[in-house]
Amino acid sequence: MSQSYTVTAVTVVVLATVLVGGFGLRISRTTSDFYVASRTVRPALNAAAISGEYLSAASFLGVAGLVLLHGPDMLWYPVGYTAGYLVLLIFVAAPLRRSGAYTLPDFAEGRLESRAVRRLVSVFVVGAGWLYLVPQLQGAGLTLKILTGAPDWFGGVLVALVVVVAVAAGGMRSITFVQAFQYWLKLTALLVPALFLLLAWQGDGRPRVDLDLTAAVVGRADHPLYATYGLIVATFLGTMGLPHVVVRFYTSPNGRAARRTTVIVLALIGAFYLLPPVYGALGRLYVPELPYGTDADAAVLLLPERAIGGLGGDLLGALVAGGAFAAFLSTASGLTMAVAGVLTQDVLPSRGVRHFRLATPLAMAVPLGGSLLVSGMPVADSVGMAFAVSASSFCPLLVLGIWWRRLTPPGAIAGLLLGGGLAFAATVITVSGAVRSGWPHALLAWPAVWSVPVGFLAMILVSLATRGRIPPGTNAAMTRFHLPEVLMSGSRKGSASVSAAGPGEGTGSGTGMGGAG
Amino acid sequence: MTGEPASRQPAPRREVVTGEPRRVRPLPRYRAQAEIEEQTALGDAYVRSLMRSQLRAGLTAFALLALVAGTLPLAFATLRDATAVWVVLGFAAYPLLTLLAWWYVRRAERNERDFARLVKGRPVP
Repeated sequence: MSQSYTVTAVTVVVLATVLVGGFGLRISRTTSDFYVASRTVRPALNAAAISGEYLSAASFLGVAGLVLLHGPDMLWYPVGYTAGYLVLLIFVAAPLRRSGAYTLPDFAEGRLESRAVRRLVSVFVVGAGWLYLVPQLQGAGLTLKILTGAPDWFGGVLVALVVVVAVAAGGMRSITFVQAFQYWLKLTALLVPALFLLLAWQGDGRPRVDLDLTAAVVGRADHPLYATYGLIVATFLGTMGLPHVVVRFYTSPNGRAARRTTVIVLALIGAFYLLPPVYGALGRLYVPELPYGTDADAAVLLLPERAIGGLGGDLLGALVAGGAFAAFLSTASGLTMAVAGVLTQDVLPSRGVRHFRLATPLAMAVPLGGSLLVSGMPVADSVGMAFAVSASSFCPLLVLGIWWRRLTPPGAIAGLLLGGGLAFAATVITVSGAVRSGWPHALLAWPAVWSVPVGFLAMILVSLATRGRIPPGTNAAMTRFHLPEVLMSGSRKGSASVSAAGPGEGTGSGTGMGGAG
Repeated sequence: MTGEPASRQPAPRREVVTGEPRRVRPLPRYRAQAEIEEQTALGDAYVRSLMRSQLRAGLTAFALLALVAGTLPLAFATLRDATAVWVVLGFAAYPLLTLLAWWYVRRAERNERDFARLVKGRPVP
């Protein structure tokens, strides 16, 4: 019987997504609306949208699954996802908004005035976006399979279709509404069942939850302390480079609003992350047979039925399933939006909204194929690898690009290739299963500890060795990044001398002006 | 400003405007503002001082974060107390992170206000 409730809940979420997206389509009139929601999104709405987009399958299902499987050390995942936003706020948020860059390639070209750097960054953005999309689609497949017995591929294909339609139709403005709505849906979908679960636990005489989890815990790593540090470095520094996170900052009206938005985001995702550990801990108690293999990701979904049972359990389970689907849809929409934006600007021959709509299915097709081919990775782990690649490539580029005047294009290329390339290679080797134990496995599975310093060092050393290549517009770019809005007097030569700042910072240029001509 | 359209193109390509509408903005009213926009040595010094104060605020917050995040795993490994891990990582971390963010934003905005006051100190004669 519970299947019909679940199907209803998932259908409602999918329909609501399409309807809210359609509502956005009606008011999404201009190209500016389409790409950046006309940069008029207020902090409260924007913060809910950013949080809705950010809380992915890894947060909704993965965290509880990992806590259930490996114990409280896994709580570093949600802490890292949150702290990543703090680091983003501290070093990147306001300057990135003021840079006028719409995507990371825009930022790279605007700051370094180099087409080569732009192309390399585009490759990394598309790669990281795809790496992050695969687990979202797999999570969707898993959810539907467990709850309704649908075949493995069905959930992923469903999410892919809905996302392509919503993104291609309404663009950023409609996505903003969809995602703000989905944050509150996700919070409700975890909060309400959690309250009932805690009541049920009280009613059962508060059985002791084995917090220590030493027994029956599947060994996670040969070197758990190193793995924890690898996780901390990757999530703290990787958040700022995730393609869907960066795009969102451009929808703020100005740098100051971007900063304030980020603080609200921290509060919102912090509030959300109080919940998954509850599921992890209670899952130990009520779903004890799970901890073998990927299915730990399903703990959140099965818990209401097991702990409460009856009609109430079914209804709460359906609510959780709806929330999980909101998680897949919102993160996948944001990623697809970002990847399609880069594909439109840097890969497809011409630009404009029509080509953006053509790029959307392309942005989704590759990860969909990947999710059907590769399977068996816990959701939070594969997301962790996207973070490691981002932390080793985009973090040095953004931090040095914003704060260091001596960065040169060759330096940026060296850092991206060495830091990001090595992290990516380590990911590929880990996924292929060539190295399975000991220090080599630990070093490859959690590469951020060494690959982030490699990225920074390569960028700094090569930049210092190529002093002659410092872009002429560096000082103007720094002024633009850091000058508060009250002091900007607009389109005089000072602010206009750095071209290729992405789609039209203040001066009304084309959507892909960096690539024009 | 990205360069002329290629000569073989018959007509200039239709550009889609995503920028904010261009507003007629006032010319700089203060000398330091003009210096910054003209990118003189003095204007450059102004911007560098702003960047230094902002970087100091950021590094202070980051150092605090790094210190705590760097020592906690070691502390947990020596304590071997799962309840402490639950309390710190499951609950206490989030309000503290938000507080630190709030502190940073206040300081960064104060830096910008101070800078604006400095720049506006001397009107254009």
